[in-house]
Amino acid sequence: MPDRADALARAAALRKRFEDLGAQVVETPILQPAEVLLDLYGEDIRARAYVTSDALRGEQMLRPDFTVPVVQMHMTQGAEPARYTYSGEVFRRQELDEDRANEYLQVGYEVFDRNDVAAADAEVFAQIKEAVAGLQLHAATGDIGILMAAVRGLSTTEARRAALMRHIWRPRRFRSLLNRYAGRVAPSPRRQALLAAGDPFEGAGPFNGVRDKAEIAARIDALREDAAAAPIAAQEMAGIEALLKVRETLPFALEQLRDIAVDLPSITPALDRLEARTEALAARNVDVANLDFEASFGRTSMEYYDGFVFGFYAEQAPDLPPIATGGRYDALTRHLGRGAEIPAVGGVLRPGLILQLERM
Amino acid sequence: MLKLGVPSKGRLMEKTFAWFEKHGIRLSRTGSDREYAGTVEGIDGVGLVLLSAGEIPRELAAGRIHLGVTGTDLVHEKLARWESQVQEIEPLGFGHADLVLAVPQCWVDVDTLEDLDAAAAAFRARHGYRMRIATKYHRLVRDFLREAGVADYALVDSQGATEGTVKNETAEAVADITSTGDTLRANHLKLLSDGLVLKSQATLWRSRVAECDDADQRAMQEILDRLG
Repeated sequence: MPDRADALARAAALRKRFEDLGAQVVETPILQPAEVLLDLYGEDIRARAYVTSDALRGEQMLRPDFTVPVVQMHMTQGAEPARYTYSGEVFRRQELDEDRANEYLQVGYEVFDRNDVAAADAEVFAQIKEAVAGLQLHAATGDIGILMAAVRGLSTTEARRAALMRHIWRPRRFRSLLNRYAGRVAPSPRRQALLAAGDPFEGAGPFNGVRDKAEIAARIDALREDAAAAPIAAQEMAGIEALLKVRETLPFALEQLRDIAVDLPSITPALDRLEARTEALAARNVDVANLDFEASFGRTSMEYYDGFVFGFYAEQAPDLPPIATGGRYDALTRHLGRGAEIPAVGGVLRPGLILQLERM
Repeated sequence: MLKLGVPSKGRLMEKTFAWFEKHGIRLSRTGSDREYAGTVEGIDGVGLVLLSAGEIPRELAAGRIHLGVTGTDLVHEKLARWESQVQEIEPLGFGHADLVLAVPQCWVDVDTLEDLDAAAAAFRARHGYRMRIATKYHRLVRDFLREAGVADYALVDSQGATEGTVKNETAEAVADITSTGDTLRANHLKLLSDGLVLKSQATLWRSRVAECDDADQRAMQEILDRLG
């Protein structure tokens, strides 16, 4: 294992690279208010981050990443366009794999720029790629925005589209909802009985708790509406299923996705963005003809990304976590900006892993 | 001395004593009722350690006891990667309890985890905070809900009288141990049809890390043979 001084020196050198590109150095506190992160990720974040507390400030988390505090800082005081870089420890609780580090250095490069989104995507990818050049890494890319566009364009009820959007990052729940909306799973006898009942509250016992009768009745109405809605068309289902399977080099992936867009025309603007990004990457001398693209990439581990996503992996050490990851997170800026928003894309590197690979 | 950890009070202790008795090992408490000391008869080289059932997983994982009796629920909740720290020797056939998710009976629209997830989304939109689930089994419940794809909930800690939290409006749902379901029903709560988090019973565990000298190994082998 490389020692900490070496890792810090490498982190400083990597941050300097980004400073030389015009990025402004930012620092963020290690202790972050837990509420913001819980609000964003839900209870699951507790399995991945260290939580501590005091009687005055309540629950705090040891910074699990820089993106959230950097976005918050930019949304309150940043000028546009902006490029930021940072370097420091992040902390990840590990409960399953002792070999995974629970504290490590990250160096990041974030671009907040609304002028040319494709160019900003390509810039971040190319700069991260260049920072790890010579390490024989394999790059994987994807675009969550295409699946999101497909869901938004489904010809079904708004409630169903919203439920699917809510679970974009939970593939199994997404799949089971989709199957139900397609009419592939029959409602349970108990559910059928509830919807057929004249008085659904018969025998329900006393009302107790915060969730009151009106809320329950509202959901029963929603269930009735859902039961009456037509199943998602076979053609759209086939389109979504084909989309989720796309795994090709970038030019072929784009070609397959254009075919899928015949059934799912709503993805066309997202595909135009993918095409523009491909051109922007080529303009930065990225070998797009051999760049892998996977439509499902980043759905399980990169929750705030909602567009372009990428990761760099060590081929000679497949057990290592990705050496670098990144992506676009426009929705996060909207969420944290309370009304304000700005297109944003960024990537992070792990200097400790880079040193480890260099010494293998 | 091979150390055997056993729950220090109540029915769990009595049933554990009776179970070992059947295998020719007599465990007993000595001294006054308040003193947690005990003796082992019928086998050589084994010492009794009386502990709270909740502390037995930790003592096994630390290697301070070689064998211990406690519930599956406590081992799974308290030990990360429990399989690597303890080995299950034998379920003892009592202390049955299920860790379950329960919601108010009046929630006629909520029957499954998928319903719970949908209700949680609507609840958060309406009230501005995540639906609260009261429990003391944080890790087990969180892993279970993540696996099931449930979002927009918050776990709130409840170390006792968990079923009362709904009526007291400090939680909307509960995840707790039940053996008969009577307490849930008395508090107007119902199980979700797919809400069984874990089936638990009193179990004899062996520490994978406790050091054994020759005499300890002989005593361990003797116990295992008797259970055989």
